[in-house]
Amino acid sequence: MTNSPSQSPQITVNGTRRSLARTPSYLSLLDYLRGQGLTGAKEGCAEGECGACSVLVSRPDGAGSSWVAVNACLPPAVGYDGQEIVTAEGLGGSDGLHPVQEEMAHRGGSQCGYCTPGFVCSMAAEYYRADRAPTAHGADSATSSTTVAMDTGAETATDHEHGPNGFDLHALSGNLCRCTGYRPIRDAAYALGRPSAQDPLAHRRNEPAPEAVPTRVTDGMHEFVRPSTLHEAMTLLGDDRETRLVAGSTDWGVAANLLMARSPVLVAIDRLPELRELHEGPDHVEIGAALTLSEIERRLDGRVPLLAELFPQFASRLIRNGATLGGNLGTGSPIGDSPPVLLALESQLVLASTRGERVVPLADYFTGYRQTIRDSDELIKAVRIPLPLAASAAFHKIAKRRFDDISSVAVAFAVDIEDGVVRRARIGLGGVAATPLRAYETEAALEGRPWTLQTAQAAARVLGATGTPMDDHRASSRYRAAMLRTALLKFHSQTATQEVDA
Amino acid sequence: MSSLSERPANPVVGHPIPHEAADLHVTGRALYTDDLVGRTKDCLHAWPVQAPHAHAAVTRVDTSPALDVEGVVRVLTADDVLGVNDAGVKHDEPLFPTEAMFYGHAIVWVLGETLEAARLGAAAIEIDYEPLPSLMTAREAIAAEAFQGAQPHMERGDIDRGLQDAAHVFHGEFEFKGQEHFYLETHCALAMVDENGQIFVQSSTQHPSETQEIVAHVLGLHSHEVTVQCLRMGGGFGGKEMQPHGLAAIAALGSVLTGRPVRLRLNRTLDMSMTGKRHGFHTQWRVGFDADGSLVALDATLTADGGWSLDLSEPVLARAVCHIDNAYWIPNVRVNGRIARTNKTSQTAFRGFGGPQGMLVIEDILGRCAPLLGKDPADLRRQNLYGPDQTTPYGQPVRQWDRLERAWEQVVTDGDITRRQQEVARFNATHADSKRGLALTPVKFGISFNLTAFNQGGALVLVYKDGSVLINHGGTEMGQGLHTKMLQVAATALGVPLTTVRLAPTRTDKVPNTSATAASSGADLNGGAIKNACEQIKERLTQVGSQHFGVSPADIRFEDGVVSAIGSRAEPMLWADLTQRAYFQRVQLSAAGYYRTEGLHWDSSIMQGEPFKYFANGVAATEVEVDGFTGAYRTRRVDIVHDVGESLSPLVDIGQIEGGFVQGAGWMTLEELVWDESDRPTRGKLATQAASTYKLPSFSEMPEVFNVALLQQAHEEGAVYGSKAVGEPPLMLAFSVREALRQAAAAFGAPGGSVELGLPATPEAVFWAIEDARSGRTDGGVERGSRAQQHVPDQPGPDAHPMHPRSEELASEPAKA
Repeated sequence: MTNSPSQSPQITVNGTRRSLARTPSYLSLLDYLRGQGLTGAKEGCAEGECGACSVLVSRPDGAGSSWVAVNACLPPAVGYDGQEIVTAEGLGGSDGLHPVQEEMAHRGGSQCGYCTPGFVCSMAAEYYRADRAPTAHGADSATSSTTVAMDTGAETATDHEHGPNGFDLHALSGNLCRCTGYRPIRDAAYALGRPSAQDPLAHRRNEPAPEAVPTRVTDGMHEFVRPSTLHEAMTLLGDDRETRLVAGSTDWGVAANLLMARSPVLVAIDRLPELRELHEGPDHVEIGAALTLSEIERRLDGRVPLLAELFPQFASRLIRNGATLGGNLGTGSPIGDSPPVLLALESQLVLASTRGERVVPLADYFTGYRQTIRDSDELIKAVRIPLPLAASAAFHKIAKRRFDDISSVAVAFAVDIEDGVVRRARIGLGGVAATPLRAYETEAALEGRPWTLQTAQAAARVLGATGTPMDDHRASSRYRAAMLRTALLKFHSQTATQEVDA
Repeated sequence: MSSLSERPANPVVGHPIPHEAADLHVTGRALYTDDLVGRTKDCLHAWPVQAPHAHAAVTRVDTSPALDVEGVVRVLTADDVLGVNDAGVKHDEPLFPTEAMFYGHAIVWVLGETLEAARLGAAAIEIDYEPLPSLMTAREAIAAEAFQGAQPHMERGDIDRGLQDAAHVFHGEFEFKGQEHFYLETHCALAMVDENGQIFVQSSTQHPSETQEIVAHVLGLHSHEVTVQCLRMGGGFGGKEMQPHGLAAIAALGSVLTGRPVRLRLNRTLDMSMTGKRHGFHTQWRVGFDADGSLVALDATLTADGGWSLDLSEPVLARAVCHIDNAYWIPNVRVNGRIARTNKTSQTAFRGFGGPQGMLVIEDILGRCAPLLGKDPADLRRQNLYGPDQTTPYGQPVRQWDRLERAWEQVVTDGDITRRQQEVARFNATHADSKRGLALTPVKFGISFNLTAFNQGGALVLVYKDGSVLINHGGTEMGQGLHTKMLQVAATALGVPLTTVRLAPTRTDKVPNTSATAASSGADLNGGAIKNACEQIKERLTQVGSQHFGVSPADIRFEDGVVSAIGSRAEPMLWADLTQRAYFQRVQLSAAGYYRTEGLHWDSSIMQGEPFKYFANGVAATEVEVDGFTGAYRTRRVDIVHDVGESLSPLVDIGQIEGGFVQGAGWMTLEELVWDESDRPTRGKLATQAASTYKLPSFSEMPEVFNVALLQQAHEEGAVYGSKAVGEPPLMLAFSVREALRQAAAAFGAPGGSVELGLPATPEAVFWAIEDARSGRTDGGVERGSRAQQHVPDQPGPDAHPMHPRSEELASEPAKA
């Protein structure tokens, strides 16, 4: 990165450079594109739920790059200064359809067509995923399997969610269609081959993604800054203005669109190298706060099983391509999905400011509804997960919908059982109080006791009385309390089954 | 075979072709109303000020602060209305109200140079309210006797005798929620003043003619001064049948007053908080079965939660009453209907239009009562299906009862139901913490608008000298594939390749006085009209061909763009050569087509007659698996056999069936409208007014195995090229999902138990049903025997008035100047 902020911000859309000058910081990438006369990306919800606005962005991937699908409705357009994006129009047009478009069109994947360009972009990202490879057992499950065993434990993908071509249906978890019932879209996805050697977007992956360009743009009332260093970001955070940090903007974008939230200063930290490190040491794993959840998922590759269980249940692929752990913890929301997991893992946070750094246990971090011990000049630099990990772990998310929903209750378990006795239990909870909670009393009710149904039932009664769950449109307080209770019984049944299986 | 239904040799209809605009959809080049804004110069943007009360008088409006906001151009209020301040056809929906009737009611609108300016302007406007008492639920309205509109009454046989003679009598109540359309494209209108004062409104509307009428009456103009165009909609589902009119009128009014184009687009929050939804219902019922489990009597009172104004609530309720039998013969029936007036959005059309609500009542009854009768629910349903020589409670013969039976048997065979029922039983016996359920439900759905006058369609077909064909019709495209079918119909009727025919967007200045594209009738009505226009042209061309070939007109054949004469040695000629020749012979190459559905008669004041041209039939079998710890579930497999007649366009029809099913499954299981019913200041606010809180089915709700078959040998004598309507009926196939969940939940208890299940059957609702089953509360929430007998559903009060057959009423009304 260079140090001089961009004077004439611009973005490359479908291979053409367009100016971002005079673009207010509150204008989303979607509204910018539509203002440019591009009609492919649509607004369906303006909160990153429907995916009608999905576009492809070139992101760093090793020495080369990858095409990543994101919701255009959430990030500020000026945050894409120097970046390269592709919309449905850029994939194909009157001179010929892209293979993804071809499959979608001819298999009846579009009816009203409004969600279609977004589906096409999300599907294209998966089409271009470098490590997508045909699955051994996927071939017959896509169309004819009748008895896929349901994994009543983890809400992870089962076979029908992967195509014979290696297509992961979760790539489309952030796209909603109200017309088709999805079957033809799935068939289109599972029929895709591999990109040809001549495919320009496939070829583009061999080149590095554009670097983040330091940017400073204002319309007089709203300033957008992409600092070039962490120090610059921390300095901005320390000044007197009401500064808002954004990474993927998956939370802030919703407020900006629907609540008309406006900030005098938006500071984009998603590409600061200091916040994007992932380090696996002997004592802990340290995860940079600005890595996207998708990046963490790929780089850890299952080495923290509880996180691996969390990611497919965390919002959608489109959101995970923008959202960060720093953001999920930074908002302080009691219903974020990462805090219960990170609490069960006994994580620590590295908080940084121009005054220096401090390391705090996550369990001490939340102080009240959307309140934390983080000072106004501090940012979350990294999350530390101590090693070794507990041997048994599970994440139970209670929600109405399996893909892309906000949990009414979330429970994470990290438990060590030796010789049939619970040696150590760590339980993190979300959705049952004004803050995420550690279930200390339940942990105490488990530790040192034999891992029997009786122990689980006794501890379940304790867990069921934890927190102060409320009634809202997601669930009743009674159901929330019941879910706390049954979570432990379900965990017992899962671990008991595992023992039998082993 | 009628000439309407008969197919020529090698027809273009019947081929599985993709949506006509599929290539435009996938490349992002298909234009929706809001996409036109980028092509419109100097467009203004509209934003409303919404009332923050469930019910309140507006005591003061000060718009001046908005005008101080940079970029605000004008504020529209009641004083600006040039014609009638009314957004509906029943004169109960003031466009600019003096009384806020629901939380989020738009009081005034701001026009700004940018959307940001309009929104900031709206935030600056000061309005004082005097809160008034409000009613939030049908129950509250019933207690307050707050009803609106007519109260239909349908009766057959002797309900008292029927119940007395029944071996088993049950009583229960059932209250269920509505559904948000959640078309992916929210409401949008773009209005401008064209040349010579002509108002041109582009609107995302299912009913351009009515949008035109409302715009005209708000502006104080005649219909010929207003043109409405709809390029396409990003979904409609009934939500754009009545609701677009007022929004289009606001845009048009703004455009007339400022002289500039005005764009009005609701974002999702506005759309969900302001526009109508599917009606929720409150129902009370008594039902009687004979000793074998055959239905003998049904006494029910349906209360539709209409929201603040009538909108389409009367015809929705009429259709609900007419569908309470679903596919079952019930000799003695009494059904009363009424519409609650509540302080919510004015509920409106939604795919099925009341039919689903009526059908749900009987399916819920059968699901709850089957175990109490000692019957397998599938057997109970099967034995009660209509048989030969039986009629509906409103007197219409069920002529195709055999199709219901065939569909049922095919699902049982192809779905391997008997073996799988055993497999489910085995699974349930060996799994304590998860259970499966497998349920079959039928659908019989009446096709035609209940209101006879709406059953007409128009078209305009233009053939140019070069043989190319341009068709217009009165229907709108919302994704259902109507335009695709219409192209196929025109190509079939003219005997030309599909590529010869192009379709122009729906406009009121091409085809006037159109009906809403609704009631699944789009292809029947407009297809009939297009076929009629094409046949007029073909008849003239046949004369030209007859002269050319020197044969009788009866021997001229049009096929795949080639015109030939049977028994002639002359070379066949190309279609384009014939049209060229016709032009020079001064033969008219265009025609207006018209179609009206014959054979309908209906008297809504007594709810008797034959309101439907035919019934669409279908059967679905759904298998689910439920997690006993959480109530969460998966749909493992769905098998459907559905009757679309002889399909005009199989890929389109399969898409309608699958999409309708999943949309129905969303209503059954997931989609939850939660209104604030508390006494807090937010009383009346819709708590689920966003995609993040109102959850649509996503990929995770798609059945893991999804088999859909079209019923074969299903030619429909009375419809275009032997086809049937398909838009709405498949939605109700999803009742099988809820019934499967009910059975799975009950399986957590002792055998033979019955459980009540909430609607939507969210994981939480399923969990409580499981808890009921586990703890032995397995009476299905119904009372039985003599106690049930005494629960007579509410009967109409002295003020109740029957429905009016509005078509007759209009016919006798003198024409307005």
